[in-house]
Amino acid sequence: MSSTISSGGPPIVEVAELTRVFGTRQALAGVTFSLAAGECLALFGPNGAGKTTLLRVLAGLLRPTSGNARVSGVQLPGGALARSRVGLISHHTMLYEALSPRENVLFAARLYGMRDARARVENSLSRMSLIDRGDAPVRSLSRGMQQRVSIARAMVHSPRLVLADEPYSGLDDSGARALTALLGELRAAGTAIIVVTHNLAEGLSLATHAAVMQRGRFVRYDAAERIDAGSYAATYREALAVG
Amino acid sequence: MADTLYGAWLIARKDLAIEFRTRSAFFSAVIFALLGLVIFYFAWDPTAVTVTDLAPGVLWVIFTFSGLLGLHRSFGVETDDHAIDGLLASPVSREAIFLGKAIANLIFVVVVQMIAIPALVLFYNLPLGHIAASLIGVAILAAVGLVAIGTLFSAMAVNTRLAELLLPMLSLPFFVPIVIAASQSTAKLLTGRPVAEVGAWLKLLVAFDIVFVALCTLAYPFTVDD
Repeated sequence: MSSTISSGGPPIVEVAELTRVFGTRQALAGVTFSLAAGECLALFGPNGAGKTTLLRVLAGLLRPTSGNARVSGVQLPGGALARSRVGLISHHTMLYEALSPRENVLFAARLYGMRDARARVENSLSRMSLIDRGDAPVRSLSRGMQQRVSIARAMVHSPRLVLADEPYSGLDDSGARALTALLGELRAAGTAIIVVTHNLAEGLSLATHAAVMQRGRFVRYDAAERIDAGSYAATYREALAVG
Repeated sequence: MADTLYGAWLIARKDLAIEFRTRSAFFSAVIFALLGLVIFYFAWDPTAVTVTDLAPGVLWVIFTFSGLLGLHRSFGVETDDHAIDGLLASPVSREAIFLGKAIANLIFVVVVQMIAIPALVLFYNLPLGHIAASLIGVAILAAVGLVAIGTLFSAMAVNTRLAELLLPMLSLPFFVPIVIAASQSTAKLLTGRPVAEVGAWLKLLVAFDIVFVALCTLAYPFTVDD
């Protein structure tokens, strides 16, 4: 299934017939969608459906085998310009355990060429309630706190596209609420977001679009006004059963 | 170019900060170097081999193998929680990542060398005198080439199950020409040979450095772009 549903405005993400093959396994099998500024796509699907592969292609970490993908008008793999517009939250924290949260986020801010790096770091840490633990080594933090640092790191350069792969993993209620509020504010500020999650309620509460992936394809893709949580749950269960 | 160098410096500084906090590879490399000196000392018969004949071999064996300990750690710190993805998803170029790693490794190897050379002088009662500065120059020149090769192979080996075995297996054959040039230069310096004789080996070292740094920098993106 391909979808070009978009609620107006220039697209931040445009994906057309995207495929990615690993050896003999087709991880992405012709994915097509677009997402405009301020829109949020919630992506569901069983393990191995291709969700993470799609995010890694959009983050510039994987080259597509065929098809087209553009981020902010830049064709992927688009080098530094495309990567500078993306914020990636993974289920891996991507942090250096020997460094503190403040050092990790500052390192990221400088990699992204932020002139006001220190101010941005404090703002990001503050948003994730990390100011008090900002100087402790990351390895001394709990998994949930590390996830908060990872989120602060991904947001420090005000990306135009946020790719969030199971961003709620490890977060407690307070962390999850902070993340939901942050994603909502980013959307309001015009950031496009793609969230991969196994929690239907969480994903649908944020989404302007939702999709279910199975074996590298979108088997369902809907805009917010057509999303029915009940039927989505049924499609998701079917996808899980098929694998 | 300026962006690449700035990115490289950021990455090198981050790697050195991590090594400074953990000191895991540094202490391993220094202890290895000192143990190597001690073992060679007790295996040495001063009535059969003079210290100036022995020292170049001892130095370059311990420099080569202690350097490998740091090189293995170089990309190891990026695998702990997939930190390498954060680097690769950032706008810094792949070349900057390689150069940053190589700069941090070079500083690491040179610091180990600066501890090992005085230890050699002390253990073997080796009169360095006026050639100390030249010997340090040779050590740094050789370190540049060794680090370029080792950094590239560290990146290639890090995601394999046998990384600790694979890194020396891949690197050592490429280290050979550099180690030959460096040990020959060291031997000629220690025996007081004319500068012209040393100069030829130094030119070869510089040529190796240029070739290996350029080739490894260009090759690195192919090891990470999937």
